[in-house]
Amino acid sequence: MSGFSTILRRELTLSLRSQGDVMTVIAFFAIAAALFAFGVGPELNVQSRIASGVVWTTALLAALLSLERLFALDYEDGTLDQLMLSGTEPIAMVLAKTLAHWLTTGLALLIAAPVVALALQLPTQAYGALMMSLALGTPTLSLLGAVGAALILGAKRGGVLLSLLLLPLYIPILIFGAAAVEGATLGLSTSAPYAVLGGLLVAALTLCPWAAASALRHALE
Amino acid sequence: MSGQKFPAAEFSGADLSCRRGGRTVFTGLSFRIVSGEVIVLRGPNGSGKTTLLRLMAGLARAVSGTLHWNDADIADDLCAHGARLGFAGHLDAVKSAQTVRENIAFWASLRGAAPTHVDQALNTFGIRHLSDIPARVLSAGQRHRVALARVAVSGAPLWLLDEPTNTLDDAALNALRDTLSAHLQRGGMIVMASHGDLFLPQARALDLRQTQPAAIAA
Repeated sequence: MSGFSTILRRELTLSLRSQGDVMTVIAFFAIAAALFAFGVGPELNVQSRIASGVVWTTALLAALLSLERLFALDYEDGTLDQLMLSGTEPIAMVLAKTLAHWLTTGLALLIAAPVVALALQLPTQAYGALMMSLALGTPTLSLLGAVGAALILGAKRGGVLLSLLLLPLYIPILIFGAAAVEGATLGLSTSAPYAVLGGLLVAALTLCPWAAASALRHALE
Repeated sequence: MSGQKFPAAEFSGADLSCRRGGRTVFTGLSFRIVSGEVIVLRGPNGSGKTTLLRLMAGLARAVSGTLHWNDADIADDLCAHGARLGFAGHLDAVKSAQTVRENIAFWASLRGAAPTHVDQALNTFGIRHLSDIPARVLSAGQRHRVALARVAVSGAPLWLLDEPTNTLDDAALNALRDTLSAHLQRGGMIVMASHGDLFLPQARALDLRQTQPAAIAA
């Protein structure tokens, strides 16, 4: 497990040194959400009606932003070769890099979400559900994203390909994430969407690192 | 770096064939190397030196043939095979945002090497004075020295080096030669691709021209 923490620490150092990374994600999230607000107009009812969907959709697109580079930089500079040969299990390496991605995007989105939701007039009673659904859903976004990021290695215009690959897979998370917030707005029980989001997270946690590790092996051949 | 001897080992490949992009790069290639030996891969551009090194590392896969470390097929446990080799390819895997020392220390700690080994490698390759500057300002030769220092701290018995003399000046070449000799004396193994002089007296050449599909058909 020491390999896991060593890689995690390095990934976090690297992304904090290029501070742009984290700030870009949050700025994109805020601006995309603001576009919806401007597009829909100042009608408070409409805004608060669509707030749950808008926050979730923009958060999901923001998480996609930095995914393209999850493995691509290491692939281009030879680091991926070395990581595969380091004696650390590739699955542990994938998990470390995915966790680092979540800490620098998912967690950042989680912190920024209440502010964005406030700007979109999300009803007060829905904030708990928003945070809970994002906490359960964004790790799944990073895990699925790791598989996609590993599959696009070596492809030209990988970023576009990655969006086409991942966005359809993100739909269930979007549906149940937004459903939880919507339910809380209407005063309904949110346990069902939480259960689905939790189930998706467990499934992604068991399958995605393995799938991404095999995709990486193929990419290096 | 310096330290106790490696246990005696044998690394061999039998009847290896490799295809890249639909073209057979080499076929029917066999080799055997034991502790304390060095093999230099020779052959013109495109004869498969890099491919063979990646095959030996377990990064690429052969169309046919097997690689064995002490009678165990390396494909059975690629992760363990990676741990017993140090690899320096065309790409130097140096992160620009980190200092020279951080770059080497990361790989040393992944391998469980002591921090003193990092200083020793920095000294050996003459990059001690650069240790605290960001790697983005390094020249190509200096980055290459960092990559070689990473191999030196790996503590692995088998070193696979692709054109290790490229971009090195005389001082670095001497350091490389000394490091390689010390590694062999400890019972390490080295396989390297090189166009230049063999520069290690005990080196054995493996000529890839003899395993080209055309040479066999002729």
